Amino acid sequence: MLPVAVAAMTEQLAQVGNASSLHRTGRAARRVVEESRERIATAIGARPSEILFTSGGTESDNLAVKGTYWARRDADPARTRLVVSAVEHHAVLDCVEFLVRHDGAKVTWVEPTSEGFVEPEALRRAIEEDPGSVALASVMWANNEVGTVQDIRSLAEVAHEHGVPFHTDAVQAVGHIPVDFAASGADLLSVTAHKLGGPIGVGALVARRDVRLVPLSHGGGQERQLRSGTLDTPAIRGFAEALVQATETLEPEARRLTALRDDLLERAIGLGLGIRPGGFWAAGDASRRLPGNAHLLIEGCDGDSLLYLLDAAGVSCSTGSACQAGVPQPSHVLLAMGLTESDARGALRLTLGHPSTPSDVDAVIDALPGAVERARRARRATS
Amino acid sequence: MSGGVDSAVAAARMLDAGHEVVGVHLALSQSAATLRESARGCCTIEDAGDARRVADVLGIPFYVWDMAERFRRDVVEDFTAEYARGRTPNPCLRCNEKIKFAALLDKAIALGFDAVATGHYAQVVEVPVARGGVRRELHRAVDSAKDQSYVLGVLDAEQLARAFFPLGDTTKPQIREEAAERGFFVARKPDSHDICFIPDGDTRAWLGRALGEAPGDIVDTDGAVLGRHAGAFGYTVGQRKGLGLSRPAPDGEPRYVVEVRTDTNQVVVGTADLLGVDAITGDHARWCGPAPAGVVRVGAQVRAHGAEVPATAWADGDRVEVRLDERIRGVAPGQSVVLYEGTRVVGSATIASGRLDRD
Repeated sequence: MLPVAVAAMTEQLAQVGNASSLHRTGRAARRVVEESRERIATAIGARPSEILFTSGGTESDNLAVKGTYWARRDADPARTRLVVSAVEHHAVLDCVEFLVRHDGAKVTWVEPTSEGFVEPEALRRAIEEDPGSVALASVMWANNEVGTVQDIRSLAEVAHEHGVPFHTDAVQAVGHIPVDFAASGADLLSVTAHKLGGPIGVGALVARRDVRLVPLSHGGGQERQLRSGTLDTPAIRGFAEALVQATETLEPEARRLTALRDDLLERAIGLGLGIRPGGFWAAGDASRRLPGNAHLLIEGCDGDSLLYLLDAAGVSCSTGSACQAGVPQPSHVLLAMGLTESDARGALRLTLGHPSTPSDVDAVIDALPGAVERARRARRATS
Repeated sequence: MSGGVDSAVAAARMLDAGHEVVGVHLALSQSAATLRESARGCCTIEDAGDARRVADVLGIPFYVWDMAERFRRDVVEDFTAEYARGRTPNPCLRCNEKIKFAALLDKAIALGFDAVATGHYAQVVEVPVARGGVRRELHRAVDSAKDQSYVLGVLDAEQLARAFFPLGDTTKPQIREEAAERGFFVARKPDSHDICFIPDGDTRAWLGRALGEAPGDIVDTDGAVLGRHAGAFGYTVGQRKGLGLSRPAPDGEPRYVVEVRTDTNQVVVGTADLLGVDAITGDHARWCGPAPAGVVRVGAQVRAHGAEVPATAWADGDRVEVRLDERIRGVAPGQSVVLYEGTRVVGSATIASGRLDRD
């Protein structure tokens, strides 16, 4: 967490006050919430009234997908189809699967290119299968695994050609690359604080005023009647502080991380170990791949072996996802990009951020050859 | 780390002994397909969670290794095939031989580890040998009620050289106490008893699903039909319950399964005296040290928690002959006979046949 966010939040934790109350402390809390809302809105090119505070990205995605589905279907029973990219985060995927299983929804998955791009033409084809049946289109701004950044403006335009509301999960993008809600054309955008240096447990759904949503939670009617529940004033303040700082330092930080990322990828590929980058990558480019995302595909290895070996060497990284018991699963993102299950198992995601330095990259490059060799032996031992 | 109390304390003790320890939970689920297709469909969620919780308390890294495919091939398929042949296998021995101290150990070694420690109740004793070396011997645990050396009788010297059993010098109640003192909430978690891949404990129903029904006759030793069965493979020599015979034996004596004939799909029943065996031929010999040279005096155990019987044994390559000093009942082909010398495990063999040599 960014120190400014910790400081602001700590100070706020000592203040009592419910932002929904009318008395003095309530008013003070409300002022903090509304100022934070304004600062967040300014930072992402939205109007304050478009910011709905939530508990984070997952809740924002749930509200966007389910809320829009229910509202659109209520207005027109024919609108039951969700057009969604196959590389979404589980927070979107599992909402879709829930609606399909329990609420009569249909889904059309939009497959990405081998580099992870969701092409506007692919979205158009999916919608035009039956434009009148579409309730919502959803494509994430930047992918959490391979870092691919989508052309959101073109995708939103395609959706709007058919009057379809467009949602984007921008959890990985906000604070890392320029995100302008109004300019993007998106109707709904999910964001979370902890991915940009803020506290865990707070986020927002940015929603245009003309988007119809059915709320998931009911009660006090906070947040435009769309998200009942007492607002977490300290967390919201920490969120705003972090986003303001991340936005101010975005450009130089993105340049710095892009250079580190490029160095890491170039040197990893140069080791001659059969390592290649996952997803689109062009040196110097931060508009189509997140600056801090280095994703490696390492043949003949299991990601969890690499993770252990690199962890032992002081390098923290992550593989794809795991099931609830912890068994590593080949990433649905990589499978959608056309990788084989075996290749998808050898994926390693290294994320560079504020504390990352060139010596961290050196450490990774030093540790990789030994780790790869051992991980390959480990896979052979168990096949 | 299974998620139970024993492996939790084993990990803690290895850490106390100064080793670098990483916790590994094996995912052995039979639903390997669902496990891959759905990110939410595994069966060992709770046990894996319990093991992870202990690892977090100990501050050690924790991984779940997916060995479901190897387990299916080396343990479950072997289990099914053995039953299909009318034999009664012990999958825990197979798992120790092929998974825990083979696939798991091999992967661990490849990753740079030196050894595998488990929560089995058994002891490894290091005996000095010439030129300052040591020989590692496998011995029974001090807690004879809990001793699990039987299921480890398949480990060879190479596997033993990389095996640690930190619980062998302690009784189970003491381990539970120790777990509580260490703050492990699994301290009072009940022991598991069933075959792990047959959680409801109904082996015959499981086999019925795996092998399909194969109705046939239950006959007496003269060949007279006494009843029907749904598959001879579901029966074990020495079994008395679940025969479903309507007619009692003429002499009123209880009847037992005395033979399973998979070639004719017949289950043969008879009186208890037909179950007596004083000689066993085993195959698939595994020695926990040097193979015995010539005829040796041993103690023989034919079931996981059976009694040890004094015997004479000799090995002939992969085969082992065991002559028991006294007659025992319920020797089922497919089970293992584990040989002891005092508390030391000499080795084991899979029982091919038992017979009565002397009257």
